[in-house]
Amino acid sequence: MKTLYAILVLCGAVALLPAFVSSGVVLNLVIMTLYATLLGQAWNILAGFGGQYSFGHAAFFGTGAYASAALQVHFGVNAWLCLPFAIVCGAAVGALVGALSFRYGLRGSYFALVTLAFAEVFRILANSVKFTGGGVGLLVPLKSSALDFQFQGKAGFLYVILALTLAGFLLSWWLKHSRYGAWLTAVRDNEDSAAALGVDVFRVKLQAIVISAGLTAAGGAFYVQYFQYIDPHLAYGPAVSVEALLGPIVGGLGTVFGPLLGAAALKLLGELTRNLMGDAPGVSLMIYGAVLIAMVTFLPRGIGGLFQRLAAKAP
Amino acid sequence: MLELSILFPSILNGLTTGAVYALIALGLTLIYGVLHIINFAHGAVLMIALYGVFFLNAKLGLDPYAALPVMVPGMFALGYALQRFVIGRASHGKDENILLATLGLTLVLENFALYAWRSDTRTIETPYTFSTVDVAGAMISTPKVVAFFGALAATAILLAFIARSDLGRAIRAVARERQGAKLVGIDVEHVFAMSFGIGLACLGAAACFLLPAYYVNPQVGNGFVLIAFTIVVLGGMGSFAGALLGGFIIGVVESVGGLWLGESLGQIGIFVIFIAILLFRPQGIFGART
Amino acid sequence: MLQARHVSISFGGLKAVDDASLAVPAGSITSLIGPNGAGKSTLFGILSGFLEPDAGSVSFLGQEVTGLAPHRICRLGMTRTFQMAQPFAGQTVRENIAVGSHLHRAQRKAALAHAESIALRVGLSGRLDRPARDLTIAGRKRLELARALATEPKLLLLDEVLAGLNPQEVSEMSPVIRSIRDGGVTVLMIEHVMQAVMNLSEHTWVLNNGRLIAEGKPADVTRDPRVIEAYLGRGAAERLRTSGNEAHA
Repeated sequence: MKTLYAILVLCGAVALLPAFVSSGVVLNLVIMTLYATLLGQAWNILAGFGGQYSFGHAAFFGTGAYASAALQVHFGVNAWLCLPFAIVCGAAVGALVGALSFRYGLRGSYFALVTLAFAEVFRILANSVKFTGGGVGLLVPLKSSALDFQFQGKAGFLYVILALTLAGFLLSWWLKHSRYGAWLTAVRDNEDSAAALGVDVFRVKLQAIVISAGLTAAGGAFYVQYFQYIDPHLAYGPAVSVEALLGPIVGGLGTVFGPLLGAAALKLLGELTRNLMGDAPGVSLMIYGAVLIAMVTFLPRGIGGLFQRLAAKAP
Repeated sequence: MLELSILFPSILNGLTTGAVYALIALGLTLIYGVLHIINFAHGAVLMIALYGVFFLNAKLGLDPYAALPVMVPGMFALGYALQRFVIGRASHGKDENILLATLGLTLVLENFALYAWRSDTRTIETPYTFSTVDVAGAMISTPKVVAFFGALAATAILLAFIARSDLGRAIRAVARERQGAKLVGIDVEHVFAMSFGIGLACLGAAACFLLPAYYVNPQVGNGFVLIAFTIVVLGGMGSFAGALLGGFIIGVVESVGGLWLGESLGQIGIFVIFIAILLFRPQGIFGART
Repeated sequence: MLQARHVSISFGGLKAVDDASLAVPAGSITSLIGPNGAGKSTLFGILSGFLEPDAGSVSFLGQEVTGLAPHRICRLGMTRTFQMAQPFAGQTVRENIAVGSHLHRAQRKAALAHAESIALRVGLSGRLDRPARDLTIAGRKRLELARALATEPKLLLLDEVLAGLNPQEVSEMSPVIRSIRDGGVTVLMIEHVMQAVMNLSEHTWVLNNGRLIAEGKPADVTRDPRVIEAYLGRGAAERLRTSGNEAHA
């Protein structure tokens, strides 16, 4: 219950932000943090709660992005309608990857590698096929109307991404308080024991990857509307897959607020780095890489885990 | 369908690339066989090695092949240090941790290269860059021919070392039975670090053979990672023969596939093979079914 | 209730279970004993769906279950525990047990409440909200039992649930197992702790080198020369008899 209130209060506060802040820079920062949070929440469902570490979440992101962009560019479909379609497409790819991987019992590093391979296959295909604009990518036509999922100022985009992350928060909360969530974490912690207790391991994993993929695809569709452009490298390149996993690992796997904590911490770190070292390419990612190594070595439960440990020690 | 006059050189080129791939994969499979870790950073380290060869040539005028005595020990030292001080610490015994730690390492290396040397693609020019060798009627570029024999020689040296030397024996012991090796007094931590070092030393050698016929930029590592993993999985995790055979197979598949589908689409063949092997025969050609 | 007919399985040339046939009557506590490596856990794996036999069939409650997935067999009413107790490390004792409770309860609250009642039955109430990974061996064994019990099985397969416990812990657990049977659950247990085998089970099957070599009342079976030889080696029965000592299993 407390968590639920916290979620609603937090989202409410962010929703009020545009009333007090008009700086495009600040709003953009909040939007990008929420966007990173969304990707992290989606990855967290499969990895943090489900224990399956994907290194190729770009496969789902890019599919959502291209599904939305292609429908708009080639068929003139309204961008809002493209969103559910993008989610379905992403979920379908998730089902494909999941059905193949889990049916053949891929786990751990092998699963991570297979997801990476799938993302690469999609990238090469997108680079070679006319439907996706080949190497040049797709430019979403400028509409500048809220009815077309494009907004004049940033506020509109903020509300959309906020709605999506709210969905992510609620999904995560639901996982902590539902039978499905109990099954999922059981599968994460010990597949054989879970199976012996009546859990349909394959189905549970498949459902998790489908949900995770759909949510990631929504992020992809949002990206296309916000930046109005997508190409194979942006859609299916390793950068997205890395962004999806950094937040939850830093913030705390398998927790409701971990992805947000992590995304916020990393964004902050990125801004600090930019102020100190200018806009030199690669610096923030280098630091993120170092943070990743440090997290894994010293703080496997993430920042959230650190808070939990401190709270447990408090009198 | 394809004329032999086009197919034959393509296969030969594939074999030369394959030899270098084999050397790269050998390092990866050694690391997996001994430490049971999947070194995700293998591609990024190769990229750093390529830059090493590049700068030795650009700043010191050192011929890439002459750089071997510098690169191989240098990369070995880097590998030893990385395993001892970074990767070994991060493991905590969990598979996923190593994966993430080596991913983190990849990020650090790739972006360091981006920061330090920008994203421009660099190549080197040597007196023999453009010369070719006539192989049974096919004209194969000299650097590739040298790469073929060089990589094979390096592989032979490595295999002989593993088979004959004391350290090689220790390495094989640790790979086969870690606890048992500890019990007979082998310093397992040391063997881990040595193995990782040797694995990266392979990359040093491979870089020397690769650069004359190739190029380097901060992103090249990405392409090599999946190819290396495909070879290792195809040949069987931990199998040297597998890495060798797999390297040649993938080299040829890439070359002929590129002939058929164009260079970028041709790469798909490799990844499809990778996925198929993981799904249907994860132990590869020479691996044992666990 | 449970019948295995001519079940065999080989692993790479080694016949781990060889033409085994056994039956477990409803409402009983039946034990499966045998020296280490005899194939007992392998047989459990076949019965519970984790392994598919090369030959033979398993039927449960009159229904063919050979080769069914473990979760399906659990849902039919047969739940097994594991010799190496593996708790869900990232969760509390209560949450661990709740996974079993969820088999018949969709609501989280109901499952958690049921988990509490199960914990009470096996003596884990004091540790309900502690992380499962902090439990001692005895605690883990109880948790293993509790989780399985929470699925409300008709047949419980216990794999060495008393192994690693000291005599006092064994005498604490035995009445729990008996009360489970008295509550209407049939029990088939693999055990090495002979004290429990003699006291708890009404019928015993003996497995050696994958073959069932004897069955009957525990007291009779442990005096059977073939069984003694399985444990103590060829000729042991003869030696013990001629030296005039009472045979111990």
